[in-house]
Order: sequence, then C-alpha cells, then structure tokens
Amino acid sequence: MATLPLPAAPRAAQPITPVSALARRAASLLIVHMVLIAGAIVILLPFVWMVITSIKSPPEIFAVDFSLWPKHFNGAENYGNALSKVPLLRFALNGLIVCGGILLVQVLVAVPCAYALAKLRFPGRNALFALVLLGLCIPIQVPALPLYMGLARLGLLNTYFAIMMPFFLSVFAIFLFRQFFKGYPDEIIHAARLDGMSEFEIVWRIVVPSAWPAIAAFSVFSLVAHWNDLYWPLIVISDMNLATPPLGMMFFADAESGSNYGALTAAATVLTAPLVIAFLIARRRFIEGITMTGIK
Amino acid sequence: MSVSAALAVPTVAPPRNRQQWLERLAGIGFSSPAFLLLVVINIAPLLVLLYLSFTNYELGALHTKFLGLDNFRKAVADPVFRRSLGNTLVYVAIVLPLGVGLGLLIAVLLHSRKRTRSFYEVVYFLPVTSTLIAMATVWQFLLHPSLGPVNGVLRALGFHEIGFLSEPAWVLPTLAAIEVWHLVGFNMVLFLAGLSAIPRDLYEAAEIDGCRGAIDRFLTITWPLLGPTTMFVVVTTSITAFKVFDTVAVITRGGPMGSSEVLLYAIYLEGYQYFHMGYAAALTLVFLLFVLAFSVVQTFVLDRRVHY
Repeated sequence: MATLPLPAAPRAAQPITPVSALARRAASLLIVHMVLIAGAIVILLPFVWMVITSIKSPPEIFAVDFSLWPKHFNGAENYGNALSKVPLLRFALNGLIVCGGILLVQVLVAVPCAYALAKLRFPGRNALFALVLLGLCIPIQVPALPLYMGLARLGLLNTYFAIMMPFFLSVFAIFLFRQFFKGYPDEIIHAARLDGMSEFEIVWRIVVPSAWPAIAAFSVFSLVAHWNDLYWPLIVISDMNLATPPLGMMFFADAESGSNYGALTAAATVLTAPLVIAFLIARRRFIEGITMTGIK
Repeated sequence: MSVSAALAVPTVAPPRNRQQWLERLAGIGFSSPAFLLLVVINIAPLLVLLYLSFTNYELGALHTKFLGLDNFRKAVADPVFRRSLGNTLVYVAIVLPLGVGLGLLIAVLLHSRKRTRSFYEVVYFLPVTSTLIAMATVWQFLLHPSLGPVNGVLRALGFHEIGFLSEPAWVLPTLAAIEVWHLVGFNMVLFLAGLSAIPRDLYEAAEIDGCRGAIDRFLTITWPLLGPTTMFVVVTTSITAFKVFDTVAVITRGGPMGSSEVLLYAIYLEGYQYFHMGYAAALTLVFLLFVLAFSVVQTFVLDRRVHY
C-alpha cells in the first residue's frame, strides 16, 4: 500500500506538457520576432530608401516599377550635384562649430554653478535653485521673440553668436550636475581645503574628473539637440553660409522644390550620417545621454 | 550664527570664520555667470514678452499702442489660431497613445530577448538621433502619390493611392505617424529602464501563485510597477508632440488649406514673417501656458527619476 505511486499521477501527465509548452513557446517566440521585425522594417525603410535613392539615376527614381537595387550606379553624380549646388560640408562644419561652442560655454557656466548649489552655502542659493527648476519648464520658443528683437537691434542677426547665445545657459546641465555633485563625499572637499586648495581648483581638478560620466552623457544630449534644432536657426539665420545642417537641408529642399530626389537624398545622407555614425560607434553613451533627460 | 559654528568645532574657530566667508564669496562668484545668463536669456525676455502681449508692437513700427487684453480677445476669435490650437491638440491625441503604446509594446517584447536585444535596440533608436528635417524630406518622397513606394504597395494590393500629404483629412495623421516613428525608440529605452527595475522574483512569486499567462503577468505585475515610468513617458511625449514644428515647416507649411497649421508654426508666421510682435507674444504666452501645465508634472516626476 505504501508503495502506491501516488505522485505518479501528475508525472503521467508530464510527457504531454513539455511538448505542448515547447510548441507554445516556439509559437510565441515566432510571433514576438515577427512583430519586432515588422517594426524594424518600418523604422529602417526611410534610411534604406534614402541611401538607395541617393545612388540611383533619375529615370530609375521616376520608374513606375520599383527596384530596390539600382541598375546604374549614379551615386557620384547625385553626391557631386548636391555638393556643388549647396555648401553641404559647410553646413556640417557650421553644425560642428555651433554645437561645440554651445557645449563649451554650457559646461563652463553650469559646472561651477552646480557645484555652488550642491556644496557651498551662500545667500540666495535656494532662490537660484528655484529659478533653475522654473527654467527647466521654458522651451526656447518662449524667449525667442524678445531675444530675436534684441539681437536684431544689436545688429547681431546672421552670426554664429546669434545661433549659440540662447543656449549658453543650460538649466538642465545645472540641474543634472548638481544631482551628481551632491553625491560627492564632503570629506574629500574638506581635506582639499585644508591642503590649501582654492574652491576653483577643487571644482576643476577634483570634482569635475569624478563627474565625467554625467558630463559625457550631457554632451551627447546637447550635441544631438543642437545639431538637429531647426526653430531658432531658422529665425536668426538667413545667410546660407551660416546655416546649420537642418536649415541647410531646408534651403536645399526649397531650391530643388522636391524634384531632384537623387541629389536631395544624397544631401540628406551627408547631413544625417555624422550623428548616425557617432551613434553606432558609441551606442551606450548615446542612449544614456539622450534618455537621461526626457527634455528635448 | 558664527558663534554656533565656532562652538561646534572650537579648535578651528578662526579659520572656520574665514572659511565661511570664503565659501559665500565662492558660491556667489561661481553662480553669478549662470545667474546673469539666466536673467538675459530667460527672465528679461519673459518680462518683455509679457509686456509685448499687451501692445500692438510691430517690428519697425513708429507708434505702439497699449491694448490691454485685446490680443488675447483677437486670438480667441482668430480662425487661424483656433484651427492651429485644435490641430495641435488632435496631433497630440494621435501621437500620445501610439508613441506610448508602441514604445511599451516594443520594450516588453525586447526585455526578455537576450541575444537579439541590442540589435533591435539600435534599430529602433536610430530615428531618435537622425536629423528630422532630412528624414522628413525622405518621408515626403516615400509617401509621394505616384513616385513613393508606400503608394506603390497600396496600388499593388489593389487599393487607391492616398495623397498622404496632400489630402486635408490625411495630413495630420501622417505627420503624427512620422512623429511616432521619430520618438518611439526614445520611449522604448525609457520603458526598458523601467522594466529592468522590476525585481525578477516578483514574476516567480506570481507564477507560484498561479499567474501563468504572459498577459496575466503583464497586467498584475508589469503594468502597475511601470506606473511612474509610464507617467514620465506620457508627459514627455505630450510636450514633444505639442511642440511640433519641423515637419510642418519643411513638408506642408500648414497646408493643404490650413489642415496642418499648428501652434508653433502660427507663432512663427506671426512673429518672424509678418512681424506682428505683439500678437505673436500673446500666442507665445498661450503656448507657454500649455507647456507649463505639462511641465509642472514633468519637473515633479523628473526630480525623482534622475538618480545621480
């Protein structure tokens, strides 16, 4: 009696369960990948179409029957066309100058302020922090009108300074760095003070090197935001030689009035490539930097 | 004040006073460049904007009159403004559920993948880093009635071709779809971060408690625990969608027949094309009001989210 195989009952059912479970698992895996791949195709379609069109010849672009791969390689003509009609490389260089200038000033201004807010006691500290939090809520489109009028009155429209000026202060950088600095141990700062280091040296030689991950992430965020910004450059720049990549793209699209798709997609490829390549090289940093913010 | 400080650390009393004084000086010195820029870039322009919104100031005009609230009354009656605001809200209403829902779906599907996860992550994140203006031009081509492959597929399937960007009824949904394409990877990464914060044993515990199906698991554990993340994603997506400008400026310019006029584009035209500074200032304040409504929630959530 004692050997009656009571536990055998569930065991008897077992040979069926793993097989059906396996089948169900395989089916659900299939569905999951089908959904993901379908999504990926939609996401990638514009990029693939852009690159392929940029090496196609006009008859093939306007052909009724679609072929993915071009029969005649027309890339040299399209890219040459785009490069000769508008100063594409100049746009990219402008983007680099503007983004670099903005980032440099942003970090130089935000780091000391964030350190002061995190570690120093001084009158007006809480009021300043409240202003920083308030500033987080104000997009560039709000102060744009008075800033534009001011720059126009000073005769500074159509300058690099005009493109960069509204972004010299990043309240987000101050907020972010402050959070980071707050976690820095006070003991080390005290020790440095006793060693006779000035606050200035403490900030730039001790605290900043430790805040490297936050600064790197912010840099990515700032570069992507300002490389792609259209609204403000569109307002203050009318001289094509100073155009940033999006503005340059817009000038080009206007000039071509949407007819020369080969050259248009070639230009789009050239202006999109720097950030996309940088993203593929430093994936983690990019995803971290852009998403830590939520503010675009 | 200095007495209590001196009592607390009696051995270093004199340098402590000097230290406090130095600290104040450094604090003011370090924060003054930021404060000055804050005044020049944000505070002063905001005050000027407020003043302008009560006047009929135009760039280059000789006489400026104080109008009181007339600009706001004009806005309420202005068909262009009403249409722009309405279109913007419809646009947000389309982008929000799709952008959040698809971002969540992709994140949930990706979270349990091991080998393929980073591949899909890169693919879905690609549009976020790309220059929207350049990609908008490509989309315009993709959706072209006769030359674009999308309509080519529709024709091959026996449907009529659709003027995605030329038929008034289709323009806003199409622009919204491009926006979803652009930001879904961003939301996906936020959701993935939220998902990885959910402890694994919770799922095991739920399985023991008889919670077996994937949908069951999602509803009892994942969805409630993702609450704060979802909240954050909803707010950022709303703000991003509310600020729609780029695609309208480069593809449709508000057309056809005003069907894609949006708030920022209306402000851009009034302020920087027609130079009606006073009226544009009033519209900007309306814009700010909406963004603030979203942002108050955002700052609130952000304060808890960034964990540096």
